[in-house]
Formats: sequence, C-alpha cells, structure tokens
Amino acid sequence: MTAANIAEVAPSLPLRLQMRRPRPILALILLMWIPLTAYVMFGSNMPETTRNVILLPAIPATLALYYIAVTSWRESPIAVIGATLVFFWLLVAVTAPYLPLIDPNKPIKPFAPIGAYANNHLFLLGADFKGRDMLSRDLWGCQRVLVWGVSATLVAYAIGAFFGLLAGYLGGWWDQAISLICNIFLSFPVMVLFILILNYLGPSGFNIVIAVTFASAPAIMRIVRGLTLDTKSRDYIFAAQTRGEHPLRVMIYELLPNARGPIIVDACLRLGYTTVAITTLTFLGLGLQPPDPDWGLMIKESTKVAMVVSFSYMLIIPALSVSSLILGFNLLADGLREMSLRD
Amino acid sequence: MLKLIGSRLLQMVFIMGVVSLILFAIFDSDKFKKQIAVAELGGFAVSALSDKDYQAWLDKKGLNTPFYVRYANWVGAVLHGDLGKSFEKNEPVSGLIAERLERTGVLAFWVFALMIPLSLTFGVVAGMKEGSAQDRVTSFISVFTTSLPEIATAIFLTVIFALTLKWLPANAAMVNGWDWRALVLPVLTLVLYDFGYVARMTRASMAEVMSSQYIRTAVLKGLPYRRVILRHALRNALIAPFTIIVLQLNWLLSGVVVVEVFFQYAGFGKLLLDAALFGDVYVIQAATLVAVFVAVLSQIISDVGYTFLNPRIRFA
Amino acid sequence: MMTEPTPVLECRNLCVSYYTRAGEVPAVVDFNLKLMPGEAHGVVGESGCGKSTVALAIMNYMGANGAIVGGEILFQGRDMRTMTQEELRRIRGSKIAMVYQEPMASLNPSMRIAEQLAEVPQYHEGVSQQAALARAESMLAQVRLPDPKRIMNSFPHQISGGQQQRVVIAMALLSNPSLLLLDEPTTALDVTVEAGIIELIKEIATKFGTSLIYISHNLGLILETCSRLTVMYSGEAVETGAVRDVFERMRHPYTRGLFNSIPVPGANKNARPLVAIRGQLPLPYARPKGCFFAPRCDHFIEGRCDRPPLPMLEVAPGSGHAVRCVRFSEIDWTAAKSKADERPPVQRGAVVLRVEDLSKHYVVESGALIGAKKTVKANEKISFRAHEAETVAIVGESGCGKSTFAKVLMGLEPASAGKVQLGKIQLANLSVQRRDRATISKLQMVFQNPFDTLNPSHTIGGQIGRVIRKFGVESDPKKIDERVNQLLDIVKLPRDFAKRLPRQLSGGQKQRVGIARAFAGNPEMVIADEPVSALDVSVQAAVTGLLMDIQREHRTTLLFISHDLSVVRYLADRIIVMYLGRIMESGTTEEIFSPPYHPYTEALLSAVPIADTSVHKRKIVVAGEIPSPSNPPPGCPFQTRCHYMIKGLCDTTLPPLREFGPDHVIACHLESETLKKMEPVITVETAA
Repeated sequence: MTAANIAEVAPSLPLRLQMRRPRPILALILLMWIPLTAYVMFGSNMPETTRNVILLPAIPATLALYYIAVTSWRESPIAVIGATLVFFWLLVAVTAPYLPLIDPNKPIKPFAPIGAYANNHLFLLGADFKGRDMLSRDLWGCQRVLVWGVSATLVAYAIGAFFGLLAGYLGGWWDQAISLICNIFLSFPVMVLFILILNYLGPSGFNIVIAVTFASAPAIMRIVRGLTLDTKSRDYIFAAQTRGEHPLRVMIYELLPNARGPIIVDACLRLGYTTVAITTLTFLGLGLQPPDPDWGLMIKESTKVAMVVSFSYMLIIPALSVSSLILGFNLLADGLREMSLRD
Repeated sequence: MLKLIGSRLLQMVFIMGVVSLILFAIFDSDKFKKQIAVAELGGFAVSALSDKDYQAWLDKKGLNTPFYVRYANWVGAVLHGDLGKSFEKNEPVSGLIAERLERTGVLAFWVFALMIPLSLTFGVVAGMKEGSAQDRVTSFISVFTTSLPEIATAIFLTVIFALTLKWLPANAAMVNGWDWRALVLPVLTLVLYDFGYVARMTRASMAEVMSSQYIRTAVLKGLPYRRVILRHALRNALIAPFTIIVLQLNWLLSGVVVVEVFFQYAGFGKLLLDAALFGDVYVIQAATLVAVFVAVLSQIISDVGYTFLNPRIRFA
Repeated sequence: MMTEPTPVLECRNLCVSYYTRAGEVPAVVDFNLKLMPGEAHGVVGESGCGKSTVALAIMNYMGANGAIVGGEILFQGRDMRTMTQEELRRIRGSKIAMVYQEPMASLNPSMRIAEQLAEVPQYHEGVSQQAALARAESMLAQVRLPDPKRIMNSFPHQISGGQQQRVVIAMALLSNPSLLLLDEPTTALDVTVEAGIIELIKEIATKFGTSLIYISHNLGLILETCSRLTVMYSGEAVETGAVRDVFERMRHPYTRGLFNSIPVPGANKNARPLVAIRGQLPLPYARPKGCFFAPRCDHFIEGRCDRPPLPMLEVAPGSGHAVRCVRFSEIDWTAAKSKADERPPVQRGAVVLRVEDLSKHYVVESGALIGAKKTVKANEKISFRAHEAETVAIVGESGCGKSTFAKVLMGLEPASAGKVQLGKIQLANLSVQRRDRATISKLQMVFQNPFDTLNPSHTIGGQIGRVIRKFGVESDPKKIDERVNQLLDIVKLPRDFAKRLPRQLSGGQKQRVGIARAFAGNPEMVIADEPVSALDVSVQAAVTGLLMDIQREHRTTLLFISHDLSVVRYLADRIIVMYLGRIMESGTTEEIFSPPYHPYTEALLSAVPIADTSVHKRKIVVAGEIPSPSNPPPGCPFQTRCHYMIKGLCDTTLPPLREFGPDHVIACHLESETLKKMEPVITVETAA
C-alpha cells in the first residue's frame, strides 16, 4: 500500500530529463558533431575547400543546442554553469578555424611572456618554449580532446550498455560469462590497463578509443546490468513478455528508455574521466602525438622547461583549460542528477 | 563467509593466471623484441646486426623460445619466488619491485592517513543536514576538487608552493637521500583529488540514512540527537564509504603513475611506466601482477567487509 | 461542567503545509480533535487526505519542508508548539509513542532488538542497562511474542513482519505512554497476522488505559478498534463523531460515497453492485473553492457549496457528530443507498481452462554449504476448471503461491508437473516464446501495481496499439488508432489520453489502461493479479465495476487473484482458497462463505475486517505466522496454526480431499460431520 500514498494525485510536473522534442534535438546534435568529428579525424586528408567550409553548419547548431540546454535546465543553476563551460569549449572547437588566430604550430618568438609584442604579433597569453602562440594553441587544443573523448565514451557506452543489457536481462549463463570477463578487466587499475593497451597498440587517437573502451566498458556494463535487474521485474516488462515480444525488443524498446536518466548522468561523469585519461595519457607520452596542439601535450612539452615562476604560465594555461572542461562535465552531471531526483 | 572468501581467492588466482598469459602473448611480438634489443645494444648496433646475429642474440636472451614455453618456465620460477630479471636494469625483478613498492607504500599511507578522516568528517557533517550551508559548502568543494585532474592539481600546487613560495621542493626524485618535504606535494595532490569523491559518497550515504524511517523511529523514541547520530545513523551510514575507501587502493595505483612521473618520485607507478615504454617484459609482468593482486585483494576486502558490517547479509 | 477531565490531546484548527517548488501546499486544513483519557479515536481517509500528516504533526516531526502554519496542539493541556526541543524529546517516546506502517523499515537494521528496546527506558527514565533489558524482555512477552530471549538477540530482518510489528508496539509501550499513535499498523501484514495485531491493540488499550489515535484507510479496522472517528478528505476533516453515528447515520456525501464503494456482505455484482465516487481527488494545489468534494458531489449547488468558509456543523446539538457540509440537513439520507442498476446473472458456458495436478517447484541454493540445494514447492497439485464468462478467484495470503501460478499459466515459468489445457492447447510446458500468436492473445493478464503496469517511456496509445499490432487484430495504422480509441471508450477514458505518457495519469486511470491493454486482443481468458489492491476503495469500486462490465460484454473467463476476501466475495462465482502452495478448499462463493468450512477458511473469514455495524463475526484468532514456503511443515500445511489440530495425524499425513457438493472440496482430516456442524462465521443482522 506504500505506493498508494501518492495514488490518485496525478503528478503533473514534467520530468526534466525527458526531452520534449527528441528528434530535432538529435538532428542538431548530429549537425554539430559529424562535421567536427570529420574535421578532427580526417581533416588532414580533406581537400582544402571542404576543410574550409565543413565546420560552418556546426556553428549555428552548437549555438541552438546551448540555447535549448539553458532554457530547459534553467531551474538548476549548477546544470546551466556546467552546460556553459562545456558549450564554451564546443563552440571554440567548431569556430577555431574562423577565429582570428595565428597558426598554432608556427614558431615566432620562444618564451615570449604574456602580453608581449614581438615579430608583429601580440602574444596575449605568451608563447611556449618554441615560440608558438599559447592562446592559439590552447584554443585549438580543445578539438582533439573533445572529439576523441566523446567518441571513446560513446563507443565504450554502446558496447558496455549492450553487454549490460544482455547480462542483466538474460541472466544465467550469459550473465556469468559476461560478468567474469568484466571482472578480469576490472581487476586492473585503470592506468595500468591504459599503459598496457596503448603500449601494445601504439599511441594514437583511434587506439585511445580502443583503450578507453576496454577500460570503461566493463564498469558501464555493471551499471547497465544493475539498472536492467532493477527494471526487469517491473510489470510492464512482464506484460511485454506475456505478449511474446522478442527479448531484443524488450531490452531495447522496453528496458533501455527507462534506464536513461542514470545513464545520462553517468555518461556525463564518464566524459569527465575520459578527458582526464586522454590528457594524462598524452602527458605520459602514450596518447596524442605532436605537432598539433593538445592540452596534455602542452603540459608534457613544457614540464622540462617551465619549472620557473616566470614560465609557469605554459603549464597553468592548459591545466586550467582541461580543468574547466572537466568541471563542466561534472557540474552537468550533478545538475542533471539533482533535477531527476526532484521529480 | 568462508565460502565467499574462498571463491573470491580462487577467482583472483584465475584472473592473475589469465592476465599473465595474455601479457606473455602480447610481449611476444617482434616489435617488442626489437625494442629490447635497441634498448640494450643501442639502435645503431641493432641495425648493424645481421639477421643471423640478431637471432643469436635472441637465443642468448632466451627470447626465441615460444611464449608458452617461456610462460611455463616463468610460472614455475614465480612459484619458487623468482620473478625474473629486468632487461633494462639487469637486476632481479623481485628486489626492484619490493624497493619501489615500499616507496609507493609510504606515499599511499600518507594519502589514506589524511584523506580518510578528512573526507569522512566532511561527508558525515554534510549528510547530517541535507540542504544546509555546511552541506552546500562541502558539495561545492568536493565537486571542484574532483574536477581537477591530478596533473592539473600537481601543476597548481607546484607553481604555488614550490615555484612562487619556495616552501617545498618541486622535485621528489630525492637523489640526495630521503626528504619528507619532497613527499608533501605528491601526497597533497592525491588527497585533493580523492577527498572529494569519498566525501560525496559519504554524504550521500549519510543523507540516505538520515531520511530513513528507522532514524525517524529513533528521533520519535525521544533519544538525544547525539545518540541518534552516533549509535543509529553512523553505523549504517559508514558501510558504503568503507567499501569505497578500500576500493580506492585500486584507484590509487592509477593515480600514482601520473604523480610519480610528474614529481619524478621513484615509486611503483614510475617503474611500471618506464618498463612499459622500454618493453621490459618481466618487470611489466611482475608489476601488473602486483597491481592486479592489490586491486583484487582490495575488492575481496571490500566485499567481505561489506558482508561483515551488514548484519542483514551476515545473518541471512 | 467544572470536573471535566483534561483531554489527553486536543487539536484546535490545526493547519499543516509543505513547501515545495510549486509553492506552499496545505496538507491539513482546520483539523480539530479532542481525545479523552482511555479513548480510541480513528482517523480514516483515502491516500493523500493528510491523515499521516496529522500523526507526524502531533509528534512535531515535519521534516525539512513541512511546518505547522496555524492552530494549536495541546498535549495534556500544554501547547506543543511552544515547547523547546528538549521538552519535545522528553515527551516523544515516553508520553506519546508511535507505531508505524512498515515495521521492517522502522527498525534499525544493524542493531539487535534488545538494544533498540532497552534504550527507551534508559534514556527516558535513566534506569540501568540491566533493568532496561529485563523490562524489554518482559514487554516482549506481554505483546505475546514467543521465545522473547531469542527475539531480544535477533536483528530485525531475522524475524517475520508480524513479529517486527509486535516489537515496535512493545517499544512504544515500554515507557507506558499516555497516547499511542498508530499509523496504518497492519497495512503491510497479511490478514490473519493483522487480526492478531488488532487483538493485541485492543487488549493494550484496556490493560494500560492508553489513549489511541488509529490512522487507517480501512473502515472495518476502525470499527473494530475505535469508539470515535474522523473522516478526512483532501486535507480536511469532513465528518466526525461516534463510530456508530457515522457508520449508521453518515451525513456527509463523501462518507456515504465511501461506504457505498466498500464491498460488504450483502453487496453483490448482480443484485447490488457497488457505486464508485466519480471523478478523482483534487491535487493539493488545485483544490476547488469552498467544499473540496464539490466537483464529485451529487448534491452540489452553485453559490452555496463553493462559498468559503465551510465550518464543521453539528448534526444534533451535543452529539459530538459534526459534518463539513452546508446542505446536510436538506439531503434525503433515506433515499436508496445505492443507485446502480440491478442486472441479470450471467450464464456460464463451456469449460475454457482445465488445470490438473499442476505443480511448480523451485530449486534454490540454501546458503551455508556449497552445493546444498532446497526445493521450494510453490504450487503443489493444483486442479480446477474455469468456464466461459465465469469469474474464478484464487485467494490466499503471501507465500501461498498464487502469483507463481499466474506465471506458470502465462508461460513465463515452466510447470514441474501436471497439465494446463486452454481449449485444445496444452500450456503447462509451453513457454510464451513458443506459443503462437493466437494462443498468446487468448490468455492475457492485468497486473497488480498501477505504477508498474505501464512503460513510463511510451504513450498510452503506443502501448495499446502495440498489442493490437502484435496480435494481428489490425495492421493499418489508421485502423489501429481507431481501435485504440474504441478501447479507451470501453474503459471510460477520454480519447486524448492516447497521446499521454503514463506519469500524467492517476493510479486508477493507469489500471484502466492496463485493462484496455489486456482486452485489446479479444482474449478468451484474463488473469487479474490483485488488480485493485493498490488502489483506494472508491477507485477500487470503479475499476472492479469496469472489469466486470467488460467481462460480461465479452463473455471472458476471469481468473481473479486476490488476498482480499471482501472483494472476492463481491465478484467471484467460484473461489479457490490456497495456503502454502496447496488448495485448502474450493467451491462456489456461497459454499465458501457458509459452513462447512476448512479451518483455514474459517480463520480467514473471521480475520477480514468488515465495515458494517450490522455484521457479527465469530472470533477465531489463529496463532503464529505463515511458515516460509521453503520450509513448510510436514503433513497438513496449516497444522502449525490450526486450533482443530489432531496430534499424530495432521502433523504427519496430508489431509484427504472431502467432497461436499459437485464442486465443493475441502482438504482436511476432520470428519465430515464435524465440518458440517460448524457455525457460520459471518452473520448479518436483518433488521432495517
């Protein structure tokens, strides 16, 4: 009778994690994401003209998504701050080629301090030890982290969620086998696993995706499995089973949508972890490779030369940038969780 | 209980067996063999070697036997306590690992010694009154500190305390012997990152307990607030944080890699990374197994502890 | 006049509000109550009426977002609102004690019961631990717990629900309070266990002279325990008075509506159908002006009922019977109690379902040792038939195997032995994956929990439409929409509900959609697993009525699984009584409710509270608790609690099946003559 305590009072407050118009929003996300991914992953193989225009449609899409996020989450200031941080970097990522920035790989004046004017160029944030403009490198640096981080998380999620659904819903033998394999991966400290995999495959963006998948998918599988077990005993699942629905349909159509709240929150947190992982791996020399700018790379290259107060900006600027992006993801997760608990 | 411990130990042995076999298979590739040769003889010498000489060198090093044979030999040796020899440093792996583990152990000890009381206190105080000022402040601090990756925290701390204030050394290589001052920054970096996570978990657990019906019963029984918190709430609220803290051991083994590399602290994490970059199979092998052992052991302790602390499971 | 004793508790114009994002939500408005020493006062109402809030307000425990915004609560003459925290603490647990709805959740899971009990005298009276423990143990004996020593040493999860509630009651009585608040103390328990707890509460009231406030949704329980009661609706008291006055001469339209929707003996689906209250409870922040019941009331008059303030008016001066209705003196209360039409009984048709010796056993691992297995006999040798257009009810308490039986029928679990014949098809071992579309659509199900029955992520129309498409009733999208609309019409829901998501519906409405979904494929047989047990009585009546109507129309066979004998008596043609996986008795409704009885049926009938002052019951309280299905007693499963138990026979051999009519079977060792000589449990006074 506990459920009856709220019985006839129909809840009328909308669930905010529920998207009101899922299709247009999905279209906007694709419009933002596909050009950016293509630009970062395959930009070097593109003809010059394509390369120049490909990011143009992503700019309005990003702005529109930011507007939607802010308006639909406006009652949670935490979520709005988080979204603002994340969308700031997304916007920088899609507009970088059109901003009045100097080539980030061009050496001009080594060790030029912040605000220096040298060789016809104003170094707003100084220059690094090779004389490359810090502002330009820092802004361009967000592209690779974002694209590889989000792609890696997505792939890990797709695989982890699929196996989590299988293990949780089918149970029995499936559950035992999948759980055992996951336990093997989970017994590695994450960094050890990263080091082993990237060392074996060699450092590159695609290999980071693979490494993150191996490292995160087992944990995701556990979460999704737990959610599946929770939802599995609901009457509407029995109803679907007694209609003779195919197990795959029950999993994807009946189960998965009801687990999306916790999954979205966890995905935001995991985006943060992945960003940390990529930056750290790059710092350790196992991640993204030079010369293109990346925050982890900037830190790695500067640690040997910047251990003096006057040069410490070379370390602080990328460290602040990466922290702000992770803070954005974490705040977003916090805000979304808070909102989903309130309803 | 014994059944649980037994099955988990069995699982651990199985996992370590699988892991070491996979590692042997991975490092059996030509690329790694070459890497070892380059590291040992120098790149120039290796490229000058004829194929026959190279093979001879491999034979001498015992690298030409199939990996499963080497694996079987290695397992036999390990069971006798011999972990093999480092290719890079040419000294027994067991001694190397023990020395490095000790250093990391010191680091880990101080991290836990600071982090546990700090995060539990903050978490409990915040969770006692959900939505209060102390709750909001704790939540803010913990989100903020967990959002700073270790590498960023290390940079900020170094710039402030070592470069600007010059209170502490920025480098923890300790070439001139042991110096506790060099340990402060690495410890602080790890504590800052981990504190937020554990504090948040403790807060969530405490808040859940405080809103439970048995706490309502305790309050409406007319018990003093102190008794409600100390006897009724804490015991239940600390079960979840306990398991999480034990599992932090696993996380710490990841965290130390970055921190040790950044601060040049010659510990276990740095050893692992150096060995991986060098292709020093026996060292990686042993280091990974030690890491997996620690991780699985912490999982077992966490599971058993959870069962032990929770009468609902203990007396099922 | 002068010597009137001080009331134990007096609430004057009490107003309680919760503060949410939607603003201030009044939970209790203008609540008055005067409780004299030794008196038992009932507070009754449906969910969301604010009855539990009243209890927590008396305890001054409102949580972070609740507050008493007006009025006074006088405890023994002192206003509790002016007390300091320390004074409140001294009163809580010593002068005022409380018993809660969920005993398991109310006890600390990680403390032994001894410590949880002993701390009450320790902290309130400062007695030594030794003395406190001794007192705790003797109190456990007084609440009739067997083996108090063992229970003292147990953790809460190691004892059964009924025992837990006795522990909570013992905890409340330890410091001899002058006021005991009981918030739905038996709602989470089985009927036979509930009957024991109610006996105990009545005993306490007389033995200790404690005043009681008994909060419940069940009018029958209030009748058994209280001398006065208050009926609440949407945060307001609508009627208050002596129990007899309110039960026999209610003067508020809501109270009357409530009584009309309760299935009491005499109500009958054909001759005297129940009348549900139309509409639904207003949301707390969307209450109408004036009378909150106005939109659902047949006697509403514009300009009078919607003009606040509406005071409580005394029915007769000095009677203490008051109602919050401006028109109570104008309404003709003698007019026929129920207005629903009488209908002819339905003739049953051919046999649809034939179950023979069906058994379902589970094998579970039994903890301690590796490999040790235990067999749980969830169903053992179940046999019965169900005819077209007939309602067969399966009745039993928790652990009797009724839900497992439904799963076996639906093909979600394979049977261990026996046959299930639906038409020409053998279903016992045919899992739902291997049944063809026609078979699946022939047998559908209505589920118990309205909050679980619909998928929260898909629209109502989408979910019903899926069934129509899946069962091949229609395939053209236009025609599917049409059929969805038809089905919504049948379950009396507006057509635009098709576009809504489940969370925008109330519990009763969701259950209606569940019914529409079950009937979408034109089934021959529908299994309804406790379809109304989670709903409020007034909604219950509407949903059962609807189910009956559709069944009548389609000549569907209905297998109604329930623990509630009152509902079953109202709607079933035939009843099967189960206990620990076995059939104890089966027969027509008439046969089950009159002698000869199976001793378990007899106990069940006596345990069910009935909200009718003209009904008299023979008191049979069964001892103990329901044994665990994984460890059933040898011989007759009921022998551990049966007061007819024959030593050496009942505890060794299974009882034989004795036939008393073409369909009436009792599984009992007692001689037929002894069984036949039993007296009826329920007798109805035929006067007026």
